[in-house]
Amino acid sequence: MSTAEKLENGKFKWVGTRPVRPDGVDKVTGRARFGADLFLPGMLVGRVLRSPHAHARIKSIDTSKAEALPGVKAVVTRDDFKEMPSESVAAGEMMIDYRDMTRNIMAREKVLYDGHAVAAVAAASASVARKALKLIKVEYEVLPHVIGVIEAMEPGAPVLHEAMFTEGVEPTPDTPSNIAARNELGRGDVEAGFKKADIILERTFDTAPVHQGYIENHACVASVSEDGKAELWCSTQGHYMVRAFCAKLLGMDISDLRVTASEIGGGFGGKTIVYLEPVALVLSQKAHHPVKMVMTREEVFRATGPTSGANVWVKLGATKDGKITAAEAVLKYQAGAFPGSPVGPGCMCAFAPYDIENVKVVGYDVVSNRPKVAAYRAPGAPISEYAVECVVDELAEKLGLDPIELRLKNAAKEGTQAAYGPKFGPIGFVETLEAAKSHPHYNAPLGPNQGRGVASGFWFNIGGESCATININEDGTAQLMVGTPDIGGSRASMAMMAAEELGIDLDKVNPVIGDTGSLGFSFLTGGSRVTFATGKAVIVAAGNVITDLRERAAKIWDIPVDAVEWEDGFARPTSSNAGEFDPLSLADIAAMAAKTGGPIAGHAQINAQGAAPGFGTHIVDVEVDKETGRVTVLRYTVIQDAGKAIHPSYVEGQYQGGAAQGIGWALNEEYVYGEDGRMQNTGFLDYRMPVASDLPMIDTQIIEVPNPNHPYGVRGVGETPLVPAMGAVACAVEHALGTRLNELPMSPPRVLKAIGAIGEAQA
Amino acid sequence: MPRVFLSGNLKKLAGGAEEIDVEAADIRQLLRVLGERFPDMRPHLEQGIAVAVDGEIYQDGWLEPIAPDSEVHLLPRLGGG
Repeated sequence: MSTAEKLENGKFKWVGTRPVRPDGVDKVTGRARFGADLFLPGMLVGRVLRSPHAHARIKSIDTSKAEALPGVKAVVTRDDFKEMPSESVAAGEMMIDYRDMTRNIMAREKVLYDGHAVAAVAAASASVARKALKLIKVEYEVLPHVIGVIEAMEPGAPVLHEAMFTEGVEPTPDTPSNIAARNELGRGDVEAGFKKADIILERTFDTAPVHQGYIENHACVASVSEDGKAELWCSTQGHYMVRAFCAKLLGMDISDLRVTASEIGGGFGGKTIVYLEPVALVLSQKAHHPVKMVMTREEVFRATGPTSGANVWVKLGATKDGKITAAEAVLKYQAGAFPGSPVGPGCMCAFAPYDIENVKVVGYDVVSNRPKVAAYRAPGAPISEYAVECVVDELAEKLGLDPIELRLKNAAKEGTQAAYGPKFGPIGFVETLEAAKSHPHYNAPLGPNQGRGVASGFWFNIGGESCATININEDGTAQLMVGTPDIGGSRASMAMMAAEELGIDLDKVNPVIGDTGSLGFSFLTGGSRVTFATGKAVIVAAGNVITDLRERAAKIWDIPVDAVEWEDGFARPTSSNAGEFDPLSLADIAAMAAKTGGPIAGHAQINAQGAAPGFGTHIVDVEVDKETGRVTVLRYTVIQDAGKAIHPSYVEGQYQGGAAQGIGWALNEEYVYGEDGRMQNTGFLDYRMPVASDLPMIDTQIIEVPNPNHPYGVRGVGETPLVPAMGAVACAVEHALGTRLNELPMSPPRVLKAIGAIGEAQA
Repeated sequence: MPRVFLSGNLKKLAGGAEEIDVEAADIRQLLRVLGERFPDMRPHLEQGIAVAVDGEIYQDGWLEPIAPDSEVHLLPRLGGG
């Protein structure tokens, strides 16, 4: 039966089932090796000296006393990293500029945020390394700093980069500012659209920057040989990207650097760039020893990318019956210390779920004295869509319409021209709304001080370059190798697709993640791409194995290869005209591999196109304690289109994880800065992420509207689940309180303030 | 001839044109012709963009065909988290 027939009939053997993940035992027994778990003979400890200032010019760095300390093997500063010309390249998850990247890993002229790396040491022990850091003397000229996005945009704000002039405005300004770029998209005539509206709403929102909050801190081990060749072990979402970045920054040939991705304890976009890795390589090169570097949680908070905080203005106009006639937004996103916030996708996604004729979105990319932002699930989209969803909810309330009905009236469908340009292919947004409307959760009764919120969300999903190799072992088992680190269970889904294609049992397929020396380039694990793109590579590789198997069977039977077919794990003659032969299993053919031409293998290298977007709708119930301001999430349901769930449990896990992170973003998470520009809550006790006891069981419903560009219909599912969460929670809190809040997080102090405002108004 | 839709900064670089016709049979040709016609647009095209042909979004898909009646949108390069 062909894959298309299986898809139509739903008769898969492995796809859509829920086997235990291949890496599961090692993960629960502690055998799995993460970034900090590698130990090499003679290995040194690397530590980073970080800026205590939010903004300062570096006048001098004296490392002589540190270098003289017994046990110190190497010290590096800005002088050990070459100057990089400004070169903006598409790499990792967002555009990067190598000039900025080299300054982010090691400050040059100025430190631009509290925690910015200034120097690093490699020493025989952690205690010697710590002592050495204290002996490094850095002379600073402290400069005024700016943290908030609005403050950073004001005339007269401290300027971070004297050579930065706003791009995207005409004429180009002749004075530098913190506004790196302005961009704009839209179509139609928003003014005319608003004239057709019976009701117009506009609101301004503020969101806090939030960290990806991966449980495993950044860690790596570098070992540079005297011949210039190097090995690197690190916790990353993409070891090929690490290789590319490090080779570029350090002037190495790519082939001289072999990178192995360790197991990864979460990334969510935050492990798509480099921080420690180039530093560890230079330290190892200077020290002639392997060097391990592991960040503390404090370092992760102070020096690695959160996503943007933002200020968002939204204006919506609609007719009395709920048809949106025009939509406009202005997004101001923090980029951190260097340009490159996700404001672009924020603009594109803001109104993407809706079919609106007249749209205009303006975005500003703004630098300030905070860590450079990094990608975080659906970068940019949760912020803009949160604001839009809150206004959509208010629109429904003002018009006396059910919020799901209002969305259905305006929902994007196949053929709808997206606000960002092209027309959608087959999408499942309406299906998620219909499912939400008929879900028992949506009509369950609520108690006092409780409120229900609904919100929807969109994300593009991407494809990209992936390699896969399947080697058939002598006993007929299969070794599957891919180059995309397994974060969310992808080894399981890759093995399931390989087993499905080959027609063999799943336990005969052993999936591994290859290092950069073992497999060709594979883009990183991100953009919700792995099950789609690497999955396509696995399917192509399996097809090549089957071609090889048919050829071997043809040789064994001495008949033309066209007279051999592969069905359910066996080679068979296509008809009795080809001859009477007993079917040959994969194991039968593998046992005769040496006699028929040698080892059997299939390889694929592809640039997967045709990723299809994801849409989701969330329902959440909350209860607000009006004495303390605490918001308790009582019930949560995620409904999302997965195209086709290869392993439904891991799809559900993505849905639940996205919702959990969104709840944290909505209710508690924020960076607290002192007047000195230093972050004050650099640990999980004070940076309040939700833990299991804060959350109800998050229910899920998988919708399957197949992506026609994948053999099984797969869409990416990793990012969309975060997008609707903040809007849904915000609407629920607002309905519980009877008033609207315009700032995240809706932490107890902000809720109490809102309640106070109600009291005053009522009085 | 395929119709190319521009918005935002690319629209500005094309002298404010929202729609232009470009003789191109694949994405590589499209990018080359646009770069020749609008030299200021070239750095943006070289930096890496996404091209949507009849709703299908391609990244680095130089050889993807464009039909004479295709609708093409140029988008910023897409990533993820």
